[in-house]
Amino acid sequence: MIEVNAVYVIVAREFKKFLREKSRLISTIARPLVWLFLVGGGMSRLVPASGNVSYMQFIFPGILGMTILFTSIFSSISIIWDKEFGFMKEILVAPISRLSVVVGKAMSGMVLSTIQAIIILAFFPFLGLRIGILEIMGIILVSAILAFAISALGIVLASFYDSYESFSVIMNFIVMPMFFLSGAMYPVKLMPEILKYFTKINPLTYGIDAIKHLMFPSGAGTMGADFPFYLDIGVIVASSIILVLIGGKTFERKG
Amino acid sequence: MAIIKVEGLVKKFGPLTAVDGISFEVEENSIFGFLGPNGAGKTTTISILCTLLAPTAGRAFLNGYDCNADSAEVRKSIGIVFQDSSLDKDLTARENLLFHAYLYDVKKPDRKRRVEEALSFAGLTDRADDLVKKFSGGMKRRLEVARGLIHQPKVLFLDEPTLGLDPQSRSNLWEFITELPGKHGVTIFMTTHYMEEAEVCNKIAIIDKGKIIASGSPAELKKTVGGDVIYLKTSNNPEAIKELARLLNIEATEKDGEIFIPTLKADACIPAIIRELGDTVLSVRMQRPTLNDVFLYLTGTAIRETQSSSGDDVKESVRSYRRRHDRG
Repeated sequence: MIEVNAVYVIVAREFKKFLREKSRLISTIARPLVWLFLVGGGMSRLVPASGNVSYMQFIFPGILGMTILFTSIFSSISIIWDKEFGFMKEILVAPISRLSVVVGKAMSGMVLSTIQAIIILAFFPFLGLRIGILEIMGIILVSAILAFAISALGIVLASFYDSYESFSVIMNFIVMPMFFLSGAMYPVKLMPEILKYFTKINPLTYGIDAIKHLMFPSGAGTMGADFPFYLDIGVIVASSIILVLIGGKTFERKG
Repeated sequence: MAIIKVEGLVKKFGPLTAVDGISFEVEENSIFGFLGPNGAGKTTTISILCTLLAPTAGRAFLNGYDCNADSAEVRKSIGIVFQDSSLDKDLTARENLLFHAYLYDVKKPDRKRRVEEALSFAGLTDRADDLVKKFSGGMKRRLEVARGLIHQPKVLFLDEPTLGLDPQSRSNLWEFITELPGKHGVTIFMTTHYMEEAEVCNKIAIIDKGKIIASGSPAELKKTVGGDVIYLKTSNNPEAIKELARLLNIEATEKDGEIFIPTLKADACIPAIIRELGDTVLSVRMQRPTLNDVFLYLTGTAIRETQSSSGDDVKESVRSYRRRHDRG
C-alpha cells in the first residue's frame, strides 16, 4: 500500500532542493525571528506578565507554530508547482499508490518544518526560558506531528487548486486566519465567543497549546495552556491521520 | 504478438468527444506511430493507455493488462516521455534519474549501474551533475527518453518527442529513438504531427477528429494515394505534353515550368519517356508520395493547416474541462 522507496525519494528530493535554496532557508528562519523580537518585544511593554510568563515568552510557542505552519503549507503547495511545471506527471504515472505520494509529501513538509522549528527553538535561552531536556524532546515530537498534520492539510488544499494564482488565495484566506486564530498571539480563553469557535476547529491551536504545556511551568495563568494536554495530542494525531487519508482520496480521482 | 490492444475506445470531456470509438493493435518490438493534427485525440489516447485517464467506453490492454482496471501492472510495463518536459529542472541529470529508479523500485544492486548506463546512453555522462535547467532542449529530451527506459519497460510512449527542437537535435533524437527496439527490446508508441518523422514507423495509424481514418505501414499508406509523381523539364514543354499524349497515352500537365506526371509505375515510365522525347529532355525527377500527401488525400486538408486554431481550441477546452472535473 505504501512504497517505502517512493516515500524516501520524494522526501529526499524536497530536502535536497531545500538545502540548495539558501534564500528560502534564510527567509523561513528570519520571518519567525522578526515576529518574535519585533512584535513580541514591542508588545511585552504593553502586556503585563502573567504568572512567570512574559508576553514575549508567551508567543514563543505560537512562533514555533508559525514556522511549522508556513513551512508545511509551502512545502505541500509545491505540488501546485509540480503540476504546473510537469514534474507531477512523472510521479503520477509511476507504479506507486497515491497514498505513498501523499505520505511522501506530508513527510517532506514534516522533515523541513521540524528542522526549522528546532533552529527557532534553540533561541529559548535568549527569552529567559528554562526548558528541560525531556520537555525539549517533547516539543520536537509535538512539532513533528503538527507539521505532518499541517502538511497533509496543505496537500488537500493543493489538490483543489491547480494554478499558482490560487496561491495568494490560500495564503490570505487560509494560512493567515489559521495563524491568528490559533492562540499564537493571544490566549484562546480571552477571545470573543465567535472567534473561539474557529479556534477550536483549527489543528494548529492544539499543537501550539501542547507546546505551551511543555514550555511553561504550571501556574502561568492566562498565559498558560488553554486545553488539557491529552486533548491537544489526541487532536493533532487524529488530524494527521484523517487529513492524510483525505489527501490520498483527493489525489486519487481521475477523469 | 500484440503488446497493445485497443477496442472501441471512447473518451468524452463533457460535450466534447476527444476520442471516438478507436480500435488498433501494436506489435511487440515495433515502432508504432500515431499521427494526426493537434487536438485529434492523440494525447488523450496516450493518457488512457498510461492510466492517467479513465475511458468513457471501450477497453485498452497493454502487456495483457487492462489499462483501467490493472493500472498498477500497466504502469510497471510502460515508460513515458510527455509532450511537455516532466524533468525537475532544479535537480541534476543524475538526481532526476535516481529519483526515477527509486520511484520504480529498481533494486539497489542495479540502481547505480542503470543510472550510469542511462547517462551514457543519453550522451550526458559529462553533464551528469549539472542542473537540468542549464540543458538545451535536445539534451532534456534525450535525458527524458533515457529516464523512461531505466525500469526496462515493455512499451515506451513518446508524445510529440521532437516538439520545439531545432532540426539538428531533431534528427539526432530520431537516430537515438530508432535504435531503441533493437537495443532495448522495447516497443515504441509515438505521436507526432510531423509527417516526415513518421517515416521511421513500422506501422502508422492516422487519427483525425477522434477517429482512425487509415492505418498500415508508411509504404501501404502511400499506396492509397496511388503511385508516384514524375517531374519533367524539356526545351519545349507544350510540345512535349502533346507528344506524351500521342505516343505514350500519358496525361500530363504543366506546373511551375515543369511537366507533372502522376503515374503508377515511375520506374517503368521514365525510360519510355526519355526514349520518345529524346534530346529535348533537360531533367527528370521522380517523387514518391509523402505521408503528408496521404493525409491530404484522406482528409482533404494539409496537416500543417489543420494544426492551427481548431486543434488548439480542442486542447484548451479539454484542459479547462479537466481543470473543473478532475483534480488529481
